[in-house]
Amino acid sequence: MSEIADKVKKIVVEHLGVEESKVTPDASFIDDLGADSLDTVELVMAFEEAFSVEIPEDAAEKISTVKDAIDYIEKQKAA
Amino acid sequence: MFSMEGKVALVTGASGGIGAAIARALHGQGAHVVLSGRGADKLEALAAELGERASVCVADLSDPSAADALVGEAEAAAGKPIDILVNNAGLTRDTLAIRMKDADWDEVMSVDLASPFRLCRAALKGMLRRRSGRIVSIASIVGVTGNAGQANYAAAKAGMIGMSKSLAQEAGSRGVTVNVVAPGFVQTAMTDVLADAQREKLLGSIPLGRMGTPEDIAGAVVYLASDAAAWVTGATLHVNGGMAMS
Repeated sequence: MSEIADKVKKIVVEHLGVEESKVTPDASFIDDLGADSLDTVELVMAFEEAFSVEIPEDAAEKISTVKDAIDYIEKQKAA
Repeated sequence: MFSMEGKVALVTGASGGIGAAIARALHGQGAHVVLSGRGADKLEALAAELGERASVCVADLSDPSAADALVGEAEAAAGKPIDILVNNAGLTRDTLAIRMKDADWDEVMSVDLASPFRLCRAALKGMLRRRSGRIVSIASIVGVTGNAGQANYAAAKAGMIGMSKSLAQEAGSRGVTVNVVAPGFVQTAMTDVLADAQREKLLGSIPLGRMGTPEDIAGAVVYLASDAAAWVTGATLHVNGGMAMS
């Protein structure tokens, strides 16, 4: 797993208070990890801070799974 | 029920009459108060009067970056996160609309509406994370009734009420409450400029027969900021001697 993926996972575990084993790539923040809409906004803001990237509103809306987040951040970091 | 021992409260406009009374009242319930305003001398004097559990953060809220930075500065000064935010700072630039300059409109919008939003935004981040917090904003009866000569002020205060209701909905799931106190005609420097005839007319429209005192407003703020109001959010508490009943 990449460094970014590790960090994303850690942020999700910390913020949502879920077990690490549940934070699989396909896990949906809302459906599988019990997040509400405010949690998802807070997660996006935590990602922005941790990775020093800006995630605009329309991109943030499309981030619904752990993998979505990792992919988006990896793409930003590669650019 | 009204104890604020161990809590930190940030009060903007604490150099003014209502702000100082709010700060004194919260402090009286045991809160550490962070006094913010433009006039360092008045704030320092109030902090000295209060003694322990009082800090000063001078800020000019017409400057967006100052508003953005204030919550962080207040937390640094108190050494703890803000539990209670009281948006009390405000100003008026009264004139009839046909004479109102863009600058009159913009300044009131900036200080009375945009800066409270910035402070709410900054304070909410921590409050949501901590699953607790109280925001109380001081609007005005004119935000509900309107008032000739105050199109800018009335719009900003009405905006503050709508903003607070929205924030109350956003923050409710985290136990953070957002409420408004809407004072009526209170004896302060802001109302001292009214002409005598205007004052007489206003007094005649107040069932309780007197102008409000800053302490009348402070009592409402203490209530909304306390545990007693844990199930109150998105509310506007009118404190106006019965002048307008809604």
